[in-house]
Amino acid sequence: MAGHFEAIPGGGAAVALDEVEISIIRSLSVQLLELVGPGPGGEDSGSADPLDELFAEGPSEPPSDPVLRRLFPDAYGGPDGAAEGAGGDPAAEEQQRAYSAEFRRFTENDLRARKREDALAVIRSLDSLSLEREGGAEEAEALLELSPEQSRQWLSSLNDLRLAIGARLDVADEEDTDLLYRLPDSDPRKPMVMAYLWLGGLQETLVGTLMP
Amino acid sequence: METERTEAAEETFAVPEPDLPWVTIVHNDPVNLMSYVTYVFQTYFGYSKDKATKLMLDVHHKGRAVVSSGSREEMERDVQALHGYGLWATLQQDRK
Repeated sequence: MAGHFEAIPGGGAAVALDEVEISIIRSLSVQLLELVGPGPGGEDSGSADPLDELFAEGPSEPPSDPVLRRLFPDAYGGPDGAAEGAGGDPAAEEQQRAYSAEFRRFTENDLRARKREDALAVIRSLDSLSLEREGGAEEAEALLELSPEQSRQWLSSLNDLRLAIGARLDVADEEDTDLLYRLPDSDPRKPMVMAYLWLGGLQETLVGTLMP
Repeated sequence: METERTEAAEETFAVPEPDLPWVTIVHNDPVNLMSYVTYVFQTYFGYSKDKATKLMLDVHHKGRAVVSSGSREEMERDVQALHGYGLWATLQQDRK
């Protein structure tokens, strides 16, 4: 899997993808879509009034799933949670937690909606591809061409996918990434690691086409 | 009685000092690509390539970097945008 994006004249980017690559990105994007979901209190409010949706408050507690916690982190505090920046003061720590909860109530639903839109844009662009088999080639291929706006959505979604897989694989520091490169083929995490590294290459080359 | 209650309340809650500016901090994580983090700093903040690259390297080597400063509302906006890009950002009051 050697896919890499190239800039196309007039803006945007293009990459050739084969059947397997298309199905991997599509399947991971669908999983991301299901995981991100509408979020707590996001959709099933039972109201048809769009104003209700507009003023609906998001959750105030961080998600329990480690992937969702990484995609929707606390806004106050640090790597160690609310304790950081509180200087060991329990009252200050409590206040950081309250600030994070308030921030989450007003931003998480929008953030979830945006991540859903980006993942959907990826799925739609894959579904619009028509595969062609070049003479003698084993896999049918398609050329994916993205507008500048689609490139931005792909870039965000590729990053979300890598954050999600990274959290699932428990990548917590640079050493973990080095270990992943050296996993034996028999390791059950190997296919996910291959996908993670391949998506990294795709994202790296897509950033390259977008650099101001 | 009234006075005592007020003093107790002041001790319990760390009231933010209004004069201190707030800062947005980006934390290191091993998943986000260095090129992507630089791209976000250039695109969202409009920083030069040199400044964006220096901040990215600070995040990478020191574990965190202050990427913007201003009012609490402005920093919440920055943190919200950076979360949209998938960067690990927090805000806090500058204690310098």
